[in-house]
Amino acid sequence: MLGYIVRRLLMVIPTLIGVAVAVFFLIRVMPGDPVVVKLRADGAAVTEETIQAERKRLGLDKPLMVQFTDYMIGLTRLDLGKSLWTGESVAGEIAIRFPVTLQVAIMATLIAVFIAVPLGTLCAVYRDTWIDNVIRVLAVSGLAIPGFWLGMLIILGLLYFFNWLPKIGYVSIFEDPVANLSALFWPALSVGYRYAAVVTRMMRSALLEVMREDYIRTARAKGVYESLVTRRHGLRNALLPVVTVVGLEFAFLIGGLVVTEQVFNLNGIGKLFVDATARGDFTLLQGLVLLIATVFVIVNLLVDLLYAALDPRIRLT
Amino acid sequence: MRKLTLLSATALVALGGGLAEAQTPKKGGTLNFAVVAEPPTIDCHAVTTFAFAHPARPHYSTLLKWQGNANTGQKIVGDLATSWEVAKDGLSYTFKLHPNVKFHDGSPMTSNDVKVSYERIINPPEGVLSVRRALFQSIKEIETPDANTVVFKMKSPNASQLINFASPWNCIYSAAKLKDDPKFPEKTILGTGAYTFVENVKGSHWIGKRFDGYFLKDRPYLDGYKAYFVKSNAVVTGMIGGQFDGEFRGRTPKERDQLVSGMKENALVTEGPWVTNLLFTFNVAKKPFDDVRVRRALSMAIDRHGGSKALSQISMLKYVGGLLRPGYELARTEAELEAFPGFGKDINKAREEAKRLLKEAGVPNLKLKLVNRNVAEPYTPGGIFLIDQWRRIGVEAEHSQLETKLYFDAMRSGNFDVFLEFISDFADDPSSQFDKFLTKEKSSRSASGHTDKEMDRLFDLQAAALTMEERKKHVRAFEDRALSEVYSVPLLWWQRIIVRHKKIKDWEHHNNHFTASDLVNVWLDQ
Repeated sequence: MLGYIVRRLLMVIPTLIGVAVAVFFLIRVMPGDPVVVKLRADGAAVTEETIQAERKRLGLDKPLMVQFTDYMIGLTRLDLGKSLWTGESVAGEIAIRFPVTLQVAIMATLIAVFIAVPLGTLCAVYRDTWIDNVIRVLAVSGLAIPGFWLGMLIILGLLYFFNWLPKIGYVSIFEDPVANLSALFWPALSVGYRYAAVVTRMMRSALLEVMREDYIRTARAKGVYESLVTRRHGLRNALLPVVTVVGLEFAFLIGGLVVTEQVFNLNGIGKLFVDATARGDFTLLQGLVLLIATVFVIVNLLVDLLYAALDPRIRLT
Repeated sequence: MRKLTLLSATALVALGGGLAEAQTPKKGGTLNFAVVAEPPTIDCHAVTTFAFAHPARPHYSTLLKWQGNANTGQKIVGDLATSWEVAKDGLSYTFKLHPNVKFHDGSPMTSNDVKVSYERIINPPEGVLSVRRALFQSIKEIETPDANTVVFKMKSPNASQLINFASPWNCIYSAAKLKDDPKFPEKTILGTGAYTFVENVKGSHWIGKRFDGYFLKDRPYLDGYKAYFVKSNAVVTGMIGGQFDGEFRGRTPKERDQLVSGMKENALVTEGPWVTNLLFTFNVAKKPFDDVRVRRALSMAIDRHGGSKALSQISMLKYVGGLLRPGYELARTEAELEAFPGFGKDINKAREEAKRLLKEAGVPNLKLKLVNRNVAEPYTPGGIFLIDQWRRIGVEAEHSQLETKLYFDAMRSGNFDVFLEFISDFADDPSSQFDKFLTKEKSSRSASGHTDKEMDRLFDLQAAALTMEERKKHVRAFEDRALSEVYSVPLLWWQRIIVRHKKIKDWEHHNNHFTASDLVNVWLDQ
């Protein structure tokens, strides 16, 4: 098992190098000059000479291959470079935002799992009854309602009914848990609802499929209680595809909370991604893409490890 | 309900925009306000954005600053300067400084700090960005006869020099700190302003607190301030929810109505003109836009007066004006403008003439590509309005709204037929506002690609004028030519709408969103 984990972690390196090379060149194919955006977007009468001076200061006047070599050498030292916009280190810029997005993603995942697993199981167990129908309607609604729109409804609802809004600004959960949770619960809920809908449907269909398997019939034939059959034999096996979906959704949230972060004014990775793209902040974009690639690789590894834990037939060698 | 909201907003406008607030200021309290963008750097000399001015200007002082109101008039007053004198030949500016000014670390501020700060702007050391360098190239040398006097000697007169000295970004830094590290201001906030720096949490907030050693003994009134960095869409809910009490860039008419409705009697609305406009520029390197008849026809098709009435209800676009902000002392009056293509009030007659001109130019069914910025307000309504107006003379326009980076790239590469752009400055100043109308080799911001040496000559004449009368003569001649040749032409000028909690007192509504941000005189009635 340990050897497998080490090998998988080593495979991360070529994956990330490939991502780094691709993103470096792809971003630079995009037209537009980040320095012009930085200096002229507010209408300032900045001269061409000043723009060229700033390009030189930021190293954008160097040949592309020189910039690429500098970038790759920096990566070997885990140096992601400096943001073209702020001049601060890319790692520092990401470090400020990552805890916010990570926490929302974790909270949304918890909300989704705690809602979806019981509801999906109920759907499967009470298939085609009113319980199944009600839950399916709720699930389809979750898929149909965009998270950001639900977020806007939540904000307006809080304002209208309670004349209250979560405090603007991020406070660490270790500093002030109440302020932290009261600010991040709502975006987690708005994202978690859609997330729960996806997982509920997956849970339902996976469990229905498993409950038709021969070993379930055997268990029933042996006189095992139905609840035990569902819990011990059905659920455990039905969780395999659910874990995959949960993992993918979680990884997606790290870079995919763009609109939700805007709606709730969260200073997260999604907002940073949008800002970096609009400004053409190449170096920051490179760092963000690498971060998301890393998250996907790690989450996939964790999903594989969970597979082995859930299904003893799977051996990780 | 909507009528009521609008009525109440209008009533509050009269109070906020026109009348002086003559109450005795109270001390104390923290001003909470929103800023809808974040500064890229904390070095005044390297930024151009209000996102710096709003949270960071209160830490700094400048030589001069602006005082007054957009509707009743603004003037240049001293900040660090107690008085100043301009030589009759325009070749020297002498400033007397407040004595006993201290930096926030307790060190004294002298004329040498002013000299070294301006030298950093004019000739930035290696690795330091100075974005307004070009504005100060007429300065030959800076002298400091004593600790409280600074003299700027000029190579040649510059009619905009005093305005440039009142720029909100020309912060005075400590000469001693700059000597140790010219990049010091990129890392540390150390000024002589009314508030000391507490913290800047990226993406979250910026805090300043009262500087007890400020050189005006009874100021500032506030204990401090907290600026929240929020997205524009969070301003209305944030203000209604009481998270902050103002946002000082500007809101749309719809947001104003929402805020008045939500904040009820606590809302105070001030409105006025803005030194910001939308203008459209023709690519004269492309046919048929090299033909002045086509350019004139496309300007004549626009019912600016009708558009002003309709668009001002739904967007920031409002005022009909020429190359200078309507209301500015050098700007043409509405009656004077009527003689120019596209500024008359008989739109039917103008459109008939426009059709005739297009036919005469051989393009009666012209098709064109309008490149616009992908920013909803007011670019989208501005672009849609233009396309609708052109449709009425048989011109079909494709609306291409691009992200800011691609938008500027299209401008620089000339990949457009017509380009909807903007002017936004901190003050009325022909030298700044005419910049986009110049020949490309003279101004890199000029997008049309035209060559007009006469306009360049008139620009230089107005820039070097020694008296306002002389400057006015050249400004008028420049404007005559610009509005007749129509390389670029204003669509409409913006209105600036500010909604704040009524407890915020003596905040000045200026004609731009860059100045009036030092918070020296602001106080809270609570």
